[in-house]
Amino acid sequence: MEVQVMQDILGSNDKLAAENKKIFDEYGIFVLNLIGSPGAGKTSLLEKTIGSLKNHLRLAVIEGDLFTSKDADRIADHDVPVIQINTSGGCHLDAMMVKKVLSKLDLQNLDLVIIENVGNLVCPAEFNIGEDTKAVVLSITEGDDKPLKYPLIFKEASAVVLNKIDILPFTNFDMENARHDINCLHPGISIIETSCRTDNGLDQWCSWLRAAAYEKNERMKKNNG
Amino acid sequence: MHEMAMAQGVMEIVESYAKKSNATKVRTIALLIGEMTGVVFESLEFCFKATAKGTIAENAEMKLKSIPLIGHCNDCGNESHIENYNFFCPQCGSAKVDIISGRELRVEYLEVD
Repeated sequence: MEVQVMQDILGSNDKLAAENKKIFDEYGIFVLNLIGSPGAGKTSLLEKTIGSLKNHLRLAVIEGDLFTSKDADRIADHDVPVIQINTSGGCHLDAMMVKKVLSKLDLQNLDLVIIENVGNLVCPAEFNIGEDTKAVVLSITEGDDKPLKYPLIFKEASAVVLNKIDILPFTNFDMENARHDINCLHPGISIIETSCRTDNGLDQWCSWLRAAAYEKNERMKKNNG
Repeated sequence: MHEMAMAQGVMEIVESYAKKSNATKVRTIALLIGEMTGVVFESLEFCFKATAKGTIAENAEMKLKSIPLIGHCNDCGNESHIENYNFFCPQCGSAKVDIISGRELRVEYLEVD
């Protein structure tokens, strides 16, 4: 006997992600899911971002990591609330993991939550966790061929940070090609070149994030009365 | 290895539908997998075998239907396969091309006893 199903395999994760998002929406909090390969510079970018934004926005960080709290320890040094999720070998965060730590956040007193996903360009792209948007960090040393090799995350994200541009002259990274491929994949996406060592481009990145957070904070204030 | 998480998602769906139709055995699980998804079908199959051990779906066969990545242009209405992940409309050059298929990760149907 044939039984028609037509159900999404990740349907239960999507449902939980929508529930998480609803909670963030109620409090008017903008949530960024920050994704990139191991070593792309996600935590360094986050440290710089916190330094620049913490006097303007009330922010907290959720750190996804396989086993350690190394990244969370780095963030905690910047005096912002940070929550560690260890996936015990899991290659991505999922909506249930985020749901479980929501009660640890002081939701009433936050404008922005940045969730640093597990270092990986493949799996996190498929799992929504309740974010408003995704940003992907790609570092120069990874090569300009990566957008077409990992297209989904570049399609899902609304900003790409091309990090470590200070070492561009020492590599074969073709910036024009990278920008072309990313723009073909996702016309109109924000592409921001940064270096966390020289601070190049960080203003542009922080402005992008601040504007996105501000837009939601204000919209939700109106909607939630 | 997110195929394990997906295998568990398939298992949940299979068990719920098998129960609904009072099945005693699941013979076939038909999946729709879009071209623009990060899934290795062989890995999913492997993970599902492990997940399904000792369940109603043990030894069930997984059937895969690949769904091509198709874009729809909001400016000229063109619908065509997206080549090389270039999302500009091949007909009019517009950047307003939406994905209409190719992102599926779905259980289509089951064959049960």
